[in-house]
Amino acid sequence: MSEVIVITSGKGGVGKTTTTANIGTGLAKMGKKVVMIDTDIGLRNLDVVMGLENRIVYNLVDVIEGNCRIKQAMIKDKRYSNLFLLPSAQTRDKSSVSPEQMKKLVDELREEFDYILLDCPAGIEQGFKNAISGADRALIVTTPEVSAIRDADRIIGLLEANDLKRIDLVINRIRMDMVKRGDMMSVEDVIDILAIDLIGVVPDDESIVVATNEGEPLVGKDTQAGKAFENICHRILGEKVPFMEFDVDGIFKKIIGLFKRGY
Amino acid sequence: MGFIDTFFRRRSSGTMAKDRLKLVLVSDRASCSPETMEMIKNDIIEVISKYMEIDTQGLDIQITQTETEEGNGNGPALYANIPIKEVRFHR
Repeated sequence: MSEVIVITSGKGGVGKTTTTANIGTGLAKMGKKVVMIDTDIGLRNLDVVMGLENRIVYNLVDVIEGNCRIKQAMIKDKRYSNLFLLPSAQTRDKSSVSPEQMKKLVDELREEFDYILLDCPAGIEQGFKNAISGADRALIVTTPEVSAIRDADRIIGLLEANDLKRIDLVINRIRMDMVKRGDMMSVEDVIDILAIDLIGVVPDDESIVVATNEGEPLVGKDTQAGKAFENICHRILGEKVPFMEFDVDGIFKKIIGLFKRGY
Repeated sequence: MGFIDTFFRRRSSGTMAKDRLKLVLVSDRASCSPETMEMIKNDIIEVISKYMEIDTQGLDIQITQTETEEGNGNGPALYANIPIKEVRFHR
């Protein structure tokens, strides 16, 4: 049975594309057949985050307009042969695709894939409407900031109005040192405000910037963010994974601390 | 930040963020503009005034959050505080 997941946020720059790349890669690593669709027409980015920008021949709009077959436009990932990317068009605009066309495309892909991830553009206009039209469930990405949470709340309202019932929250870029000081909203604060189910917490981690620079998703790597994304993938598969405790000092200092105390 | 703040414990910015957000979201979710609120207020005054004399200056209405009985999240509620000056009886 296949599942179509839209990754959305309302506000731009909170980490939708990074989240899509890492969840897609993570699910593929766990043996699932996955396709990621970049629905941000005119501002495509998922290809560079995945490091696949040099392989694009056809794009989403080409498929919709019938200039090529779906198979021709899908790019196979460098690392996993069961992971594919359907890139967006860079020189077109959002009105090139309609929600009906998007839904039809997604339904065709259901036959072949376990997971179809839709990387949604920022905003609540046409691009958003296209991206959510074929989705079974949504992941809302937010950061612990007032503007991002306000937009996330609006998005949740719109998704509910569109009868998308399964909505989960990813809190991205949290800084535990700031939360401890009281200068950042905590995970509990954000859940309290948005009142939806939490599926993952990703700490603000320099390794994300490095991974994006290199075009290599870091899911599963030995960094806090890498583990956080891996846990999200397990939860998408329906496994119960406890939420990890992010230590302010990081794991290594914690281990050294244990030795110092003589445990 | 630092020494002075720890002595004169200012309200943490995280708490401020949460409180501000809660207020903003109440009006976002209710999608009620200040103009609509003013119209509701005037209508309430008109209706209540048929039965009793009320203090229109002291009247206060707002949309707030309430804990629902089932405990599954907050529901919006229209809260009105209407000070009564004199009750008129119509028989």
